[in-house]
Amino acid sequence: METLLDIFLVALGGGAGAVTRYVIERTAAQRISAPFPYGILIANVVGSFLLGVLLGSVTGAWLVLLGVGYCGALTTYSTFAHDTMRLTGGGRMPVAVTNVVVSIVAGLLAVSGGLALGALLSS
Amino acid sequence: MDQRPVTGRSIVIAIAAGGAIGAVARWLIERGTIGLLDAEPVATLLVNIIGCLLIGVLVARVLGGAVRWPLARPFLGVGVLGGFTTFSAYSADAVVLARDGSPVVAGAYLVGTLALCLAAVWIGGRLGRVRGVSA
Repeated sequence: METLLDIFLVALGGGAGAVTRYVIERTAAQRISAPFPYGILIANVVGSFLLGVLLGSVTGAWLVLLGVGYCGALTTYSTFAHDTMRLTGGGRMPVAVTNVVVSIVAGLLAVSGGLALGALLSS
Repeated sequence: MDQRPVTGRSIVIAIAAGGAIGAVARWLIERGTIGLLDAEPVATLLVNIIGCLLIGVLVARVLGGAVRWPLARPFLGVGVLGGFTTFSAYSADAVVLARDGSPVVAGAYLVGTLALCLAAVWIGGRLGRVRGVSA
């Protein structure tokens, strides 16, 4: 049964996560001149790591606020998928493939590392 | 038509509001799906496919000049759909699937989500295509 508190926590975390992703993406676009979606990659990997830490160490309201809300909004699949299609359609297949492979591999490693750190922190 | 320039602050507010809405929508769908199917990866897959379909539609409409609201892309694209879809849960789902004894299922989930979501973006782009404008 979804409580109003849960919904509020998801909304709060979600708003913060989306803004964080925007700041990361803007900063990366300004600092890194290469035509590669570094900002989204960084946001997705950082968010995956953070979710791993949370899954390994907290439950309940903290997980709802930070895991479901913040990490869920910090990371994105829609922008990632759209970037991939745009790069592919623009004749930049190597960049598209690199983005996909690096994102997925780094995401998996990040969650795994996060889980280990979370277990360590909560032991 | 209102020609006031969009401020940085209004963009951030639009993104925050959109992110909150998208995240809550994802949460409600996940709770509903898990309640029915007891399968977290299915919930994540569902929101990601829907979100990718909609981003395809949104970008096609915006680029085709069919959208007048300058905050549409920050609010709907960065905010709602960015908050609605998730990469963190996707990664965590795969790790949990592999850890709980199904690395093959984890791999299928990773590749399957990717394929379906890329297809969804493409389909969305076709659905949202503005007549008379070549994308």
